[in-house]
Amino acid sequence: MKVLVAVKRVVDYNVKVRVKADQSGVDIADVKFSMNPFDEIAIEEAVRLKEKGVATEVIAVSMGVAQCQETLRTALAMGADRAIHVQSDAELQPLAVAKLLKAICDKEQPQLVILGKQAIDDDCNQTGQMLAALAGWSQGTFASKVEISGSDISVIREVDGGLQTVALKLPAIVTTDLRLNEPRYATLPNIMKAKKKPLDAVTPEALGVDVTPRLKTLKVTEPPKRKGGIKVKTIGELVDKLKNEARVI
Amino acid sequence: MFDAPPLPHYFSPEHTQFRDTLRGFVASEISPHINDWDEAGTFPRDLYRKAAALGILGLGYPEKYGGTPADIFYQIILAEEFARTGSGGIQASINSHTIALPPLIAAGSETLKRHIIPSVIAGEKIAALAVTEPSGGSDVASLCTTAIRDGDHYVVSGEKTFITSGMRADYLTVAVRTDPAVKGAGGISVLMIDGDTPGLTRTELKKMGWWCSDTAHLHFDHCRVPATNLVGTENRGFKTLMHNFNSERLFLSALAYGFAQVCLEEALAWAQQRKTFGHPLAERQVIRHKLMDMMLRVDAARSLVYDLAYCIEHGRGNTEHLVARICMAKVLSTQAMQFCADQAVQILGGMGFMRGTRSERIYREVKVMMIGGGSEEIMKDLAARKIGI
Ligand SMILES: Cc1cc2nc3c(=O)[nH]c(=O)nc-3n(C[C@H](O)[C@H](O)[C@H](O)COP(=O)(O)OP(=O)(O)OC[C@H]3O[C@@H](n4cnc5c(N)ncnc54)[C@H](O)[C@@H]3O)c2cc1C
Repeated sequence: MKVLVAVKRVVDYNVKVRVKADQSGVDIADVKFSMNPFDEIAIEEAVRLKEKGVATEVIAVSMGVAQCQETLRTALAMGADRAIHVQSDAELQPLAVAKLLKAICDKEQPQLVILGKQAIDDDCNQTGQMLAALAGWSQGTFASKVEISGSDISVIREVDGGLQTVALKLPAIVTTDLRLNEPRYATLPNIMKAKKKPLDAVTPEALGVDVTPRLKTLKVTEPPKRKGGIKVKTIGELVDKLKNEARVI
Repeated sequence: MFDAPPLPHYFSPEHTQFRDTLRGFVASEISPHINDWDEAGTFPRDLYRKAAALGILGLGYPEKYGGTPADIFYQIILAEEFARTGSGGIQASINSHTIALPPLIAAGSETLKRHIIPSVIAGEKIAALAVTEPSGGSDVASLCTTAIRDGDHYVVSGEKTFITSGMRADYLTVAVRTDPAVKGAGGISVLMIDGDTPGLTRTELKKMGWWCSDTAHLHFDHCRVPATNLVGTENRGFKTLMHNFNSERLFLSALAYGFAQVCLEEALAWAQQRKTFGHPLAERQVIRHKLMDMMLRVDAARSLVYDLAYCIEHGRGNTEHLVARICMAKVLSTQAMQFCADQAVQILGGMGFMRGTRSERIYREVKVMMIGGGSEEIMKDLAARKIGI
């Protein structure tokens, strides 16, 4: 069984981004980029499936600028067998990425696609679901546990208020939540070996996908500064404030 | 500035990847425990295996022994990331093979290499280098421990001191005098001695810092060592020992400015949050100047080390001058560490005197950095000679 894993190159979670003066976006010049943490979990899950003998091949895919290949090398160093880079300098929105992934699925015929539930840059949380719709495959999103037997896959999902278990048929889409696993560190020998693993580059045009953005960003602003909290003297005062000031009860 | 931005002229994506691995390893496996380990005066032996599993111990060694060949920038990254623990002890012990194995790699027989290197870089065995003697460390050529040939053995007698990992080491790379008639560098050889050799006694030494690292005094009393454990040619050991000094010193330099940076980061965080007389310390000009004085020293030392690493890697520049500049880098970096430790403890106030802050520990661990691996005086003297003064 082939497993396809989508990985995104994002601004490293340690970087404190700043909004550009013209409010067109955040300043990403000269900052560190890394693999989206949820995607590390996705790679880890796929590699574990391979180690268990469930998966036969793990293919990592990334879309975007040339440096995405570095992110793919990370995936290869963690244990993916080969990588595909869909090279594009355009802004790639979730729908475009889902369409590109669909085109790659058509070509590679994986039984399972694992994605992060969201990317920590735009936090869209859409790509996996869109891909499931485009491919007409079942989906198990926000996974905290994945079990495969034969053509059945059981996914425990983290949902508001608890856990939900869904039983799906392969081929399927899984998106990862934080507790699914703890990704391994790429070892030095594997970092070096990853340089030699196959990495193919394709373009959206070659895949026949129009990636033109459908959404327009009007402006980006800093979140409002948090005001200092207050101390309340009595429970009564608290209830009153919740009711009349915060209006949450 | 603090977390060096990508410098593509020095670092490839693989370097960055290795740094990420190390940073994660240090943050999860070492930093949370380091205070306890330091207080306990030791750390679990299992850490060697964990470091080995990530390929850290095999860094730079040939694949046939289980290592991963890598350029010098990987060593620099290793030093910088281990410095983040704020503990010199942990890296000194975990990395003691980086001074113990190079003589073996450079001159040892294939049998000896195959016997020792794979188990050490797999984290199963520990290796230490024993050169320094009670009678002196700077003047290596005058060492007194003798190894007298007796049939197919050497009989080793003498003392070694201040030996890092000396208590736990399974293998000791020992500098000995095989020709007692020759007083200088000429009569020196290198022998691999097993830690359980009869006649070897070890005593633990108590220190100002590096508490979690075991440092030993070794006493060799007529230890019989197979002659096949000789590394390289008899009486030609001095050169073999000197061989690794450049990379050791560059590594120590990177560690030193790494520790300096840790002090800077701790002091800055404190200065921004600590209010006195209604204002954060970081708003006071005196404190801001201190912070910048720290930063400029870190930056200068790091820039010099990166430049030297580049020159070594690409074979640029006059060799003699390179050696001189490596000596200067060690002086510059350890002085940066000393300055930053001092300033950081001052900025932290009473807190800087308390065990548990990284600056407190680094303050206690400055001196060994200025003494070990070539003391400041020796570094300057050597640099002057190499430059032709
Ligand atoms: C914690 C720790 C761990 C160590 N680990 C190891 C180890 O693993 N293996 C090992 O072999 N050694 C180890 N050493 C020893 C270290 O390498 C020596 O301490 C160092 O080489 C200095 O030697 P020394 O202490 O004998 O001082 P000395 O050589 O006696 O020097 C004393 C002082 O005199 C100065 N001095 C010496 N000669 C001159 C000169 N010609 N002109 C001007 N000044 C001079 C020195 O700079 C120094 O300040 C360790 C030391 C420490 C503290």
